[in-house]
Amino acid sequence: MGFLEELKALFPPGRVLTREAALAPYESDALTAYRRRPLAVVLPERKKEVVEAVRLCHRHGVPFVARGSGTSLSGGSLPVEGGIVLALNRMNRILRLDPRAKIAVVEPGVVNLEVSRQAAPYGLYYAPDPSSQPISTLGGNVAFNSGGAHCLKYGMTAGHVLGLEVVTPTGEVVRLGGESLEGVGPDLAGFFVGTEGLLGVALEITLRLLPRPEAYHTLLAAYGSLEAAGNAVSQVIRSGLLPGAMEIMDRLAIEAAEAAVGAGYPQAEVLLIVELEGPKEEVEEEAKLLAQVIEESGALEVRIAQSEAERQAIWKGRKAAFSAVGRLSPDYIVQDGVVPRSRLGEALKEIGRLSQEYGLRVANVFHAGDGNLHPLVLYDGKKPGELERAEELAGEILRLCVRLGGSLTGEHGIGVEKKAYMPEMFAPEDLLAMERVKEALDPRGLANRGKVLPEGVVDPRLEGAHG
Amino acid sequence: MAEVRPTSPLEVQEAVRLHPRLRPKGAGTKPALSAPREGEVVLDLSGLRGLLQYEPEEFVFTAYAGTPVKEVEEALRAHGQYLPFHPPLAGRGATLGGTVAAGLSGPMRERFGGLRDFLLGVRFVDGEGRLVRGGGQVVKNAAGFPFHRLMVGSLGAFGIMVELSFKVFPYPRATRTLRVALGNLAGALAALERLRGLPLDLLALDLIPPATLEIRLGGFPESLEGRLKRLRELLGREGEALLEDEAHWEGVRDLSFLEGSPIWVKVPSTPARIPALEGLPLGPRRYLSGGELLYAGVDPEGLRALRGAGLPHLVLKGAEEALFPPPPPAFFGKVKAALDPRGRLPLG
Ligand SMILES: Cc1cc2nc3c(=O)[nH]c(=O)nc-3n(C[C@H](O)[C@H](O)[C@H](O)COP(=O)(O)OP(=O)(O)OC[C@H]3O[C@@H](n4cnc5c(N)ncnc54)[C@H](O)[C@@H]3O)c2cc1C
Repeated sequence: MGFLEELKALFPPGRVLTREAALAPYESDALTAYRRRPLAVVLPERKKEVVEAVRLCHRHGVPFVARGSGTSLSGGSLPVEGGIVLALNRMNRILRLDPRAKIAVVEPGVVNLEVSRQAAPYGLYYAPDPSSQPISTLGGNVAFNSGGAHCLKYGMTAGHVLGLEVVTPTGEVVRLGGESLEGVGPDLAGFFVGTEGLLGVALEITLRLLPRPEAYHTLLAAYGSLEAAGNAVSQVIRSGLLPGAMEIMDRLAIEAAEAAVGAGYPQAEVLLIVELEGPKEEVEEEAKLLAQVIEESGALEVRIAQSEAERQAIWKGRKAAFSAVGRLSPDYIVQDGVVPRSRLGEALKEIGRLSQEYGLRVANVFHAGDGNLHPLVLYDGKKPGELERAEELAGEILRLCVRLGGSLTGEHGIGVEKKAYMPEMFAPEDLLAMERVKEALDPRGLANRGKVLPEGVVDPRLEGAHG
Repeated sequence: MAEVRPTSPLEVQEAVRLHPRLRPKGAGTKPALSAPREGEVVLDLSGLRGLLQYEPEEFVFTAYAGTPVKEVEEALRAHGQYLPFHPPLAGRGATLGGTVAAGLSGPMRERFGGLRDFLLGVRFVDGEGRLVRGGGQVVKNAAGFPFHRLMVGSLGAFGIMVELSFKVFPYPRATRTLRVALGNLAGALAALERLRGLPLDLLALDLIPPATLEIRLGGFPESLEGRLKRLRELLGREGEALLEDEAHWEGVRDLSFLEGSPIWVKVPSTPARIPALEGLPLGPRRYLSGGELLYAGVDPEGLRALRGAGLPHLVLKGAEEALFPPPPPAFFGKVKAALDPRGRLPLG
């Protein structure tokens, strides 16, 4: 029996897709510039099915890619030629939600927002909130160590994952971490988070939940320039405040958001959103200080949400910004570089210059509190050469981030998109260490083959040195 | 006993290549972990110290791994900042590397999370003497394999850390502590669970068995009185308020309540596990972070009881076998083989 026959024998009819039309939706993720047809797509509903499929792949040397909702913006869930896709959306049960322990145990296909929804009656929520939270899955969030608007204060996904059950690429099932906030021995669960599916497939995820903040204070300030808004962010930090979120949108992003969801934003070059959260007495005091700082920062207009509805309206525009930019341009690339906060101004100025040089519009929406830029490079894929130009521009932005002491990615992962830039950020020995770990856990190179690690890293001289 | 004391990353690399078996040591505040076993050479990292970079406005610093936590905290304090996970044993000389390798957090971990939430990047020398970087020096980063998180609790298994980057936060302008006696364990546990689930932003929430809670608040001096009052109402008790609470909590994080116990252990806990833990013959102890973290002093019988009950724990002082249970071979063993193929370093 060949691989496909064996695979089909593992699943009930209808859960192994092989016909072209059925495969088409899985050919790419949200980075649609890359497409590849998988050999088959399987739709597991149980852990056991995933494990058996992985074991079969291991036996036959067939590569596999785990996939949640396919919202990766870096080609992370792009299929591998001749490989299969493990589409995990049907594994979407919250297995346990324990409000007293403040944890949720979930299957990997559970959608991020669903956890907070289920936890809400207990006054709890799941803190990491990528803008894709209404659709992206926890398996995808774990693989990418996803972030969101609240990372400065609450950290990324890695801090919120207490335990994992994982099937390694050779088909072994292991438990990493546990149910307590604390562990002993190496933090293997923490290490797995962010490895982009290269070290195995997450089968079950234990999340920490937090009490929902009691009070919010959400402020929207308009500025005449990105520089002025950037300075305001620095002043907020210098004042000793620790906001839950600080977000910036430029004119192009504001226009897009307005057109898409009619958030009612003021007409301005730049908008800054600052949100304080915590116990009400504390937020009241912080709000006084924030008002003073923002006043001194030269804001042209300031609005403060007076109700939950007004707060939601402010966030609606911000959260819709990415998809809204789709209205301004047929195609766009979202970049995700990070720079030290104090170098935001410099970075944005250079991005502006690059935009001119390449003749392509760039919209900026970003997590200003943690220096995480999201330049959206607008292009038209139907115009010959424009995609290539957009990719080059995006690449220049990544180099810029690394040069300024930052990172290639704050939350979207390396995927296929940025792997060629890894050597800009990491030395050969760093990449070699990643290679060696990958090889030890996945000797046949089957799990998400071709992602993250750039080709040809392994310098033969280095290889010889330890042999 | 043979001992090497490198003062640069290069010397660490040389030492690793030269010696077949090594035991890294920071300041030696967790002797169960840093004391050499038969055939091991001690790699004393106390000479690799100093702050390399600190930009208060970025909330980030980078320092050599042998830097005493205390030294870093003094620099942070000058800018009104701190390490929110409140590394233990700082007053006894604990180093950044030793703190990360042991995976230890202190009482103030309750507010913003533990060590794992604040470590941003590492440079370490792997078992082959190669200098490897993981993570970065910015508060947010998702590029490449997160080797920095692999170091948390690693006990030196994968490499010798030479340089570490951490996220820091502004220190609260003022603090207050409420100490409340709740009659019996059941009452104290009920109160603990109630407080855990509420959005009170507590800096610390400790249970000292059988029935005392110590709760620390931080924030604006103007708001603290109101929050303290609310806390008292929630608990239905006056308790005792400590206004000058700094020295008290420094004592807690130096684990001074364990003084006199032959064996010191860290036990990951949960409130649900506390009644079972309380049934074991443990000595002086305190549950930190809403019951998620127990530091206890035990004698050999207590240690046997923990083991017998199958409860994971780490011995900081007083026993040979430090880690229970050993890490899962299927995953740990392979990562270990990749980074330390000759088994020069501890564990596995
Ligand atoms: C409009 C929009 C806004 C976005 N905003 C944000 C944002 O604010 N912050 C942010 O961080 N990201 C954001 N993203 C990116 C994306 O949503 C996240 O990376 C998300 O975590 C991907 O989840 P997914 O379920 O779609 O995963 P997929 O795209 O299906 O997969 C992503 C990666 O995870 C791997 N994977 C999936 N499941 C598993 C598993 N069970 N085990 C192992 N590996 C697995 C895949 O192989 C792949 O490498 C945004 C995307 C879009 C389209």
